[in-house]
Amino acid sequence: MRTGVTANLLATDPSSAAKTVAAPFGQALVAAAEREPRIVGLTADLGKYTDMHVFAQRFPQRFFQIGMAEQNLVGIAAGLARAGWIPFASTYCVFATRRAYDFIAIGCALGQANVKIIAGLPGLTTGYGGTHQGIEDLALMRSIPNLVVIDPCDATEIAQVIPMIAAYRGPVYMRLLRGQAPVTLDPASYRFELGKAKLLRDGADAAIISAGLMTGRALDTAQQLAEDGIHAAVLHVSTLKPFDREAVLALARRVKKIVTAENHVVTGGLAGAVADTVADAGISIRLKRVGIPDCFCESGSLPCLQQRYGLDTENIVLAAKRLVES
Amino acid sequence: MNGNNPDIACLKARAKNIRRHVLRMAERVGQGYVGQGLGIADLLAALYFHELRYDAKRLDWPERDRFVLSIGHYSIGLYAALAEAGVIPIEELDTYGADGSRLEMSGSEFTPGFEMTGGSLGHGLGQAVGMALGLRLDARDARVFCLLSDGELHEGATWEAAMAGAHYRLDHLFAFIDCNNQVADGPTAQVMNIEPLQLKWQAFGWDTQRINGNRIEDITDAIARAKTARNQPHAIILDTLMGKGVTMFENREKQHFIRVEAREWELARKQLEASL
Repeated sequence: MRTGVTANLLATDPSSAAKTVAAPFGQALVAAAEREPRIVGLTADLGKYTDMHVFAQRFPQRFFQIGMAEQNLVGIAAGLARAGWIPFASTYCVFATRRAYDFIAIGCALGQANVKIIAGLPGLTTGYGGTHQGIEDLALMRSIPNLVVIDPCDATEIAQVIPMIAAYRGPVYMRLLRGQAPVTLDPASYRFELGKAKLLRDGADAAIISAGLMTGRALDTAQQLAEDGIHAAVLHVSTLKPFDREAVLALARRVKKIVTAENHVVTGGLAGAVADTVADAGISIRLKRVGIPDCFCESGSLPCLQQRYGLDTENIVLAAKRLVES
Repeated sequence: MNGNNPDIACLKARAKNIRRHVLRMAERVGQGYVGQGLGIADLLAALYFHELRYDAKRLDWPERDRFVLSIGHYSIGLYAALAEAGVIPIEELDTYGADGSRLEMSGSEFTPGFEMTGGSLGHGLGQAVGMALGLRLDARDARVFCLLSDGELHEGATWEAAMAGAHYRLDHLFAFIDCNNQVADGPTAQVMNIEPLQLKWQAFGWDTQRINGNRIEDITDAIARAKTARNQPHAIILDTLMGKGVTMFENREKQHFIRVEAREWELARKQLEASL
């Protein structure tokens, strides 16, 4: 068992990626705001911790510090949107979704206010325990009508998502990988499309459908499986809503053993969306859900926690092998 | 509109028309938030026929003043004011609360003239702060007028927004707090005391006044005074009487949601016509 100590809140994600990029969200927002003068930024006393400080330093007149008041953060963002601005509001997943839920649902989603909620510390990307780990945010956000929900996997994708959602007119919830974010996808070849899943690797023995930072581990898993002669496809679903049903169904029609991998509880998130989709279509598959079980996670060091709650690559490999051998 | 000297007689006539519209809507469905609609008619008359800059034919005019109704159940009053102002047809008032009508019992942004969806209480002032920040960033002269209720001050989000309004020195933001001392479970003071209100708003950094919210001249005077206070948002606390203008509703045991017997409507209309 891996052991360690709880790292501070500015610690980087312990991804296996060799390469990282600093503050991809902050950089992408500044780049988008250079071209789009209607973009404004807000945060609830977490500017430095969500990379919003990069925007605040470049565009101080277009930045609003709201203090530790997440309901107000989302409410003010909705008001700015109604005045014709494109607000990006940042805080942590836990505070945005648990504390400001009604303000997202009614203040933003009901009337499709053009608000972008940027939510840090998704799933197990902090060792701080239940208060800070946003383990059920995708389930909460996915159930709100009109809301686009995105869980990007790396710095490459974040850099592409930001200009896309700035141009999209409507409310968006995006999970944020902040600080030194891993680079999993090749910026030269990867193209993010809103609402589209991407087949990053093909294979006929099994398929891993992954979202967020689990896609890096899904790709590692497929590599390890290939070394054992098992050919696994990897479908990366960064847009949880609207969900790319066609891509999932196309895969499920030809690959019957599917592992879902998400940095989230296994209820109501990616696994739920995949299960709903294949059930609605009447397609029979074998499904193994990798994700956080139905529990709050303890605090601790991230490698230890990710292993304990089954989010590490080894566990995805194990799940895929069991499925293939079954 | 928005002249320096309000024509009080004209505004009183408008307020009476708004009250007539409120009764018309409520009678059709036999119930509704009649007390609130009647109680707030004087403010709505002062705003829509004196203070607000808007174009009834061009509701998305960017320079318009924003009226933000945070309390969705007061929509009966706003529908009445919007009909009186020519924003929605008066005949449409007869659809209030009916299936498929734009005039929902608790209104929303899908109705013309509504800037946001109130009703989940505690949302309005935060959005009003956001609108005020956005208008200032665009260097527009438009102002934001937000209507809250006393019960809504139980919601913590209202105070988060109050802090932000003062922090950003939004002197083009006006909050009206309708104090009718009635929430769903009883008198506000018994359900959860909110006093001393004037001191609270002052402590939060707002230019604050407390007036009789059923005297139109007091309302127009208070707004005129508020406009002279710089670098602070403005809170105008309105003590109002639920059901104002219809004696039997004024005297009835106070209810958040009034049910009226079919035979009572004619008397209600007579009492309104006999009122000042």
